[in-house]
Amino acid sequence: MKNLIKKGEIFIWLTGLGLGISLVMISGLMFLIVSNSTDYFYPAEVTKVQKKDNTMLLGQIFDEQFVPDASLPDSLSSTDVERYQFKIGNRDIYGYDFVWADEREIASMTIPEEAIVIERTEYGNFYGFITAIQIYGKNKFNTKQEIDKIFFHILDKISDVRNQLDKLEKGKIGEINYYIEQARLEIEQLTFHNKKNLKVVQTKIDKLQDEIDSYQLEYEEVLSKTDSLRSYAANYKLVVNTVDGTSVEIPFLNIIRIYKPNGMNLFSKSGFIISKIWEFVSSDPRESNTEGGVLPAIFGTIMLVVLMSVAVVPFGVIAALYLREYAKQGVMVRFVRIAVNNLAGVPSIVFGVFGLGFFIYFVGGTIDQLFYPEKLPTPTYGTGGILWASLTLALLTLPVVIVATEESLASIPRGIREASIALGATKWQTIRRIVLPSAAPGILTGIILSMARAAGEVAPLMITGVVKLAPNLPIDGYFPFFHLDRKFMHLGFHIYDVGFQSPNVEAALPMVYMTTLLLIVIVILLNLTAMITRARLRKKYQTSTF
Amino acid sequence: MNELHKEKIEVNNLNFYYGEVKALKDINFHIHGNKVTALIGPSGCGKSTFLRILNRMNELIEDARVEGEVLINGQNIYRSDVDVVELRKKVGMIFQKSNPFPKSIFENVAYGLRVGGFSTDKKFLEERVERSLNQAALWDEVKERLYESAFGLSGGQQQRLCIARSLAIEPDILLMDEPASALDPISTAKIEELIIELKKNYTIVIVTHNLQQASRISDYTAFFYLGELIEYAKTTKIFTNPGKKQTEDYVTGRFG
Repeated sequence: MKNLIKKGEIFIWLTGLGLGISLVMISGLMFLIVSNSTDYFYPAEVTKVQKKDNTMLLGQIFDEQFVPDASLPDSLSSTDVERYQFKIGNRDIYGYDFVWADEREIASMTIPEEAIVIERTEYGNFYGFITAIQIYGKNKFNTKQEIDKIFFHILDKISDVRNQLDKLEKGKIGEINYYIEQARLEIEQLTFHNKKNLKVVQTKIDKLQDEIDSYQLEYEEVLSKTDSLRSYAANYKLVVNTVDGTSVEIPFLNIIRIYKPNGMNLFSKSGFIISKIWEFVSSDPRESNTEGGVLPAIFGTIMLVVLMSVAVVPFGVIAALYLREYAKQGVMVRFVRIAVNNLAGVPSIVFGVFGLGFFIYFVGGTIDQLFYPEKLPTPTYGTGGILWASLTLALLTLPVVIVATEESLASIPRGIREASIALGATKWQTIRRIVLPSAAPGILTGIILSMARAAGEVAPLMITGVVKLAPNLPIDGYFPFFHLDRKFMHLGFHIYDVGFQSPNVEAALPMVYMTTLLLIVIVILLNLTAMITRARLRKKYQTSTF
Repeated sequence: MNELHKEKIEVNNLNFYYGEVKALKDINFHIHGNKVTALIGPSGCGKSTFLRILNRMNELIEDARVEGEVLINGQNIYRSDVDVVELRKKVGMIFQKSNPFPKSIFENVAYGLRVGGFSTDKKFLEERVERSLNQAALWDEVKERLYESAFGLSGGQQQRLCIARSLAIEPDILLMDEPASALDPISTAKIEELIIELKKNYTIVIVTHNLQQASRISDYTAFFYLGELIEYAKTTKIFTNPGKKQTEDYVTGRFG
């Protein structure tokens, strides 16, 4: 035993054990996330349940559990019964999406080939059977052959209409709104700056007002166009029955996706999964974020991290350069260094509060007073936005960059600095041409760490501008293209919002896992880019092997 | 040879302190132009410190202080109006450990030209680089791979690259701090040949622990011991007929 301690083998085992535990934890976490999130994409079979009390259920099995049988006496209560959670959808009829049933209530379970799942723009999924297609109020095509023949034709036609509507509503109306807003702001500006002498600018204001009126007319025109498109599309409806025979009419315009999971083969299932994944990463959220995609959140997260890096790198590197290269190493510098290190340990919400008080209220408020006085009291920069959020995160990650940069500056061999100075280079030339390039890989390590930290932070964002649903991305086609004052969506906050603030938490659960997976993937991708750059730089500026 | 340049470097009443510690005590001597002067002595005797004083590299160390005067070409380099950058262009330095920059071979040699405000005309740079590499007897070995990393060179080649780098800005004086101590015998021989070749155009001051090397390549030798200059004379005299007992003990290997 004594010998074992002396040799240190026990400690080697301990280190191995520690490594093993962390690996298990990481892989367990990843497994949990991946296995749960795949539910979101997989077209699970639709089960028809005949209960013993002659009611019926139709839905996808969502969860299975073994629970103790409460009806048996205590001596037998260890015999568990299985119970199933079904996603039965049809929220417009039943009022809830999920239902539990245990095996004692169930008479039989079948998997009907013809069962359909319809993803709708409202009320979530519909589970049932197609009975007819209704055109202009009349039920036509009552047989299966007829329906199959005409169905996709109508679906195509209506999805055409939907595209046109999208184009009009998002494109044209957005544009008109933008111009009206611009003109209105100009009027406000003119009246604000010429309060005493409105007459001078009255003609200008009138002209702008005319412009607004003409845009308004155009807006009405577009609106009537969309209305007519809508009422045209409303004439095409799908008549469906729920499993217990209730007939429901679903307008084709409300159908996002319709499929028969029980009739799918492997090929069509993979096609389905791909189309779901694509929808997830490329479209806006629906149904208070529990359905649809997360594109705005992906966009917000990446833009936030990029802006944060742009802000933090110059500051961190300059601060580290001064501390390491120029400042006289003494009590003061030691004190500053301790302060910087401690800053890294401050809870992130504190940074959020600081960001709110300093960036938003003080800096943003001042900007508003100086540059946007005509809009007050409506704030422009004096409210949360992606700029302030990223600056707050930059502050949060500043210590990481400073420490990493200092370390890497300190590791540059004295020899090459002296060689440079002996060749008649000034200190600044030495730093710029020799020291900084050699320190670049280390600086990048700092950036990688800070990006990873920033991408995962949520708390400070919640008070500096993240929102549940942002109608506009911070980048668009209108001057000045980057709208840094805008609020934004973020994957981390999305997880919190969908998982804990959503009206339909159970339905959103796979979405939570999926969003988590996506956030992890994005952090890994961001890190990977930085790592590849670092590897390149390392190769270029490797230190002497001699 | 110009009579004035005979005494290239003149050191008068030089004292040097690291904080409170007096590292050099009242040094007086002169170094001849276009000769090789070797500084010998046991470790910690102040010879490297002395070498660094000649191009004011000692100023990189905090709390270092110089008293007395050092004249190069008759001008005191410690006068307040001397531009230290200009001084270092005139007094090049080669270090014990070869320290190429993490750049290509070409950029290593061109570095001094680029930072020193020389013409950055491509043709001029190429000419200078080729000439310097030729002077350092390295051109033939590297001309095929000028744009590859300097770290691909062997230790001896790296040291010659460092010499070429110093030569590129055309200094008057070359200071060498044990330039061959980390090299194998063949590379050392090449460096020594090079030093003898370079003395035609440059004044060379070399610190060495290798007494044979000092006797092989130097014209004058200065023996330092415990911060004092014990003896300074022609190399042949130091090694065959030293004037002081301590010198004799050191060169005959009785201590050090």
